[in-house]
Amino acid sequence: MTASTAPAAPLLEVRSVTKRFPGVTALSNVSLTLGTGEVLALIGENGAGKSTLMKILAGVQEPDEGELLIDGRAERVDSVQTAQRLGIALIHQELNLSDNLDVGANIFLGREPLKRGLIYRQKIREDSAELLKRVGLNVSPDTLVNRLPIGQQQLVEIARALSINARVLIMDEPTSSLSTHEAERLFEVVKDLRQKGVSVIYISHRLGEVKELADRVTVFRDGRNAGDLSREEITHDRMVQLMVGRDISQFYARKPHNAGNVVLKVEGLRTPAHPDHALSFSVRSGEIVGVAGLVGAGRTELLQVLFGVDPAVAGTIRVAGQVCRMSSPRDAIAAGMALVPEDRKQQGLVLEMAVRTNIGLAGLKRHQKSGGFLNDAQEGRDSAAMIEKLRIKTPNERQIVQYLSGGNQQKVVLGKWLSMQPKVLLLDEPTRGIDIGAKQEIYSLMEELAEQGVAILFVSSEMEEILGMSDRTLVMHEGRITGELQRDELGEEAVMQLATGNVAAATAG
Amino acid sequence: MKKNLGILGLFFVVFIVTAIANPSFINAYNLENLIRRSSLYGIIGIGVSFVIITGGIDLSIGSVIGLVGCALPWLMITHEFPVAAAVPLVLLLALVIGLGHGLLITQLRLQPFVVTLCGLLFYRGFGRWLTSDATMGFGRDYEGLRKLAIGKIPLGELPFIGKFNLPVPFLILLVLAVVAAVFLNRTIYGRYLLALGRNEQAARFSGINTTVMVVLAYVICAVVAGFGGLLFALDSNSIQPASFGNFYELYAIAAAVLGGCSLRGGEGSIFGVMIGAAIMQLLYNSINLLGIPTTLEFAIIGAVILAGVITDELVKRIAAKRRAVLQARQAAS
Repeated sequence: MTASTAPAAPLLEVRSVTKRFPGVTALSNVSLTLGTGEVLALIGENGAGKSTLMKILAGVQEPDEGELLIDGRAERVDSVQTAQRLGIALIHQELNLSDNLDVGANIFLGREPLKRGLIYRQKIREDSAELLKRVGLNVSPDTLVNRLPIGQQQLVEIARALSINARVLIMDEPTSSLSTHEAERLFEVVKDLRQKGVSVIYISHRLGEVKELADRVTVFRDGRNAGDLSREEITHDRMVQLMVGRDISQFYARKPHNAGNVVLKVEGLRTPAHPDHALSFSVRSGEIVGVAGLVGAGRTELLQVLFGVDPAVAGTIRVAGQVCRMSSPRDAIAAGMALVPEDRKQQGLVLEMAVRTNIGLAGLKRHQKSGGFLNDAQEGRDSAAMIEKLRIKTPNERQIVQYLSGGNQQKVVLGKWLSMQPKVLLLDEPTRGIDIGAKQEIYSLMEELAEQGVAILFVSSEMEEILGMSDRTLVMHEGRITGELQRDELGEEAVMQLATGNVAAATAG
Repeated sequence: MKKNLGILGLFFVVFIVTAIANPSFINAYNLENLIRRSSLYGIIGIGVSFVIITGGIDLSIGSVIGLVGCALPWLMITHEFPVAAAVPLVLLLALVIGLGHGLLITQLRLQPFVVTLCGLLFYRGFGRWLTSDATMGFGRDYEGLRKLAIGKIPLGELPFIGKFNLPVPFLILLVLAVVAAVFLNRTIYGRYLLALGRNEQAARFSGINTTVMVVLAYVICAVVAGFGGLLFALDSNSIQPASFGNFYELYAIAAAVLGGCSLRGGEGSIFGVMIGAAIMQLLYNSINLLGIPTTLEFAIIGAVILAGVITDELVKRIAAKRRAVLQARQAAS
């Protein structure tokens, strides 16, 4: 028991929490405190352990070691229900709304007030209206959620959190799919909540918003505490330094490239997701071109059309001067392309198969012996070479990929494609969810490939990565390429303006 | 082979218990029958395992067997087609059926369960209409062709058993099993099937033509079922269009599952399927010979399959847990 004379305990305290998963320690002895009415920004690269900690706070997972204290009392948060009872609400990056139901039904989902055993609609409607007012959302509780733009859906989620009297609101990348205007609206709501005594843990990659909102910043790196910054210490450079653990210029081992001939030339390409906009650009051999933009800007769709996963609506794709019709990934592979997809587990790997089998998967046809027999020897050579070259940490080549860490899994995907010696390498969020060491290895590999003359087109939502790696950056917004930034024009501000469709401001700046 | 040890053990336990409890179990006549029946079911089990490996299912096998069983004597006896025309024709019919299933599933994206369930009803009804529901057979003719199903190869005197003849279907099963196992484990197409059964999307993203492979799996399944139907028909020589082959799809699927195929796809062993089919026939045989009321036979077979699947799942779970602990320890050190 805390003595009554002791200073007031923080609202929430995470004390020395450790969480292990097969093959990786996600959190190692991390701590964090949150005061009442405080906005704490939690930042860190992908794989730093932010999302694991959030899941622990929200009752989705339990820590292996360490404890959670609420109002100074140790609590066991063993389910989402417990977390809610304790006043902790998590707002996921991907919203968790049932979009076939209306706003009111979503706010009270699972906690519907009843009258004579039936849902008490009138009460839902009245209470929802009250909550919507608190988050400044002016829509009727009867509106179907799928009619609302993403920004408003997010406010519905916040209203739901308020309806359980949440004292701690955890927001995971809340602005990743919002327009500038919607994001500003969200900031107002957050500031307003803070005034009313609600505490917020705000997770974001956007250091600009962190600077604007946060009272304090806690930085994670590789599953450990990397440092805390008080309000006056928060600067862009300090944050990056703590996140990366070293000077940023050393982290991205960038050398100037000698771009050669155009290898990939895209003209008037229209994707099924955004058929109204024609996309044209080219990538030279030895060049690294970044594709920046918000979630939903059509970047993944572009790569998938290039790779033949989805059919193009119109336009031409030339690889090394040859017009290619990409009606399936087979065509793209035959043309010398490779895609490291965003969804590694669903699209990149057959998780239940061995490292060796996965590396060999794309080359089965190319290396087959007559009669369609497997070329075991070739597969063995390729996998051994890739395990060594990419330093894939695996007990042996027969290890099931599922049991490797995220970074090593990603290297297996890369190994599969490098063994095919592609001319064009498409990378979709290549460092998502992997630890910092593997990240850096992937960056140097990209460098090395560029030097060997591979044309690289990579999509990334991480600003630092775009700024650090690309020779040239295409910025997309709602299916259009809103701008192309050369190396010397490249800056966070310019990218953000273009990514939110603000072309005039970007070119003026 | 390692993952089949459990089911192989089960097979030997039931075999030995039955042999001790009733000495007539190991007489040559009983064993020959058991082997012949196991082989016939093993054949259709191998066929369906290809579909199960893709993560699909084929419920129409029994009706395909029924339809082929009707069509073969209908062609040969009623319409006096020569063997050399009738046999290829019924196999072609099966091929077309499999192709239809595959195309409906891959092109129209219908669910395999629904497509083949409709097939189950359709082929049964078609067979009955074709034959006007009259019992079909080959009479005393076609001795040569019938040897495929009822033929025996004398092996001479064997210890304990006596004079023993090896049923021809067993040889057919062996040949089919070797071809299937080589195809599945040694060719790129087998690898394609295993990969797409685990993760269709990742396979497609790796440049595999998953559509063609899925269609191929349904064609293999239907053609093998058709061939099985031909053997079953030649074996029984008395084909009732309404019931011939009823439930055989379930025996085939059960054999495949007992043999280590996962209905989630991507997993399967041809050897396991053979043992799976043999265990089911062995259980029938044992129930008869041990004096257990035959009315219980379905209940017992169902219970044994369930027990086998539960054991398999538990073993897998323990292995996964052990591996996780081991890895955490490695990571911690």
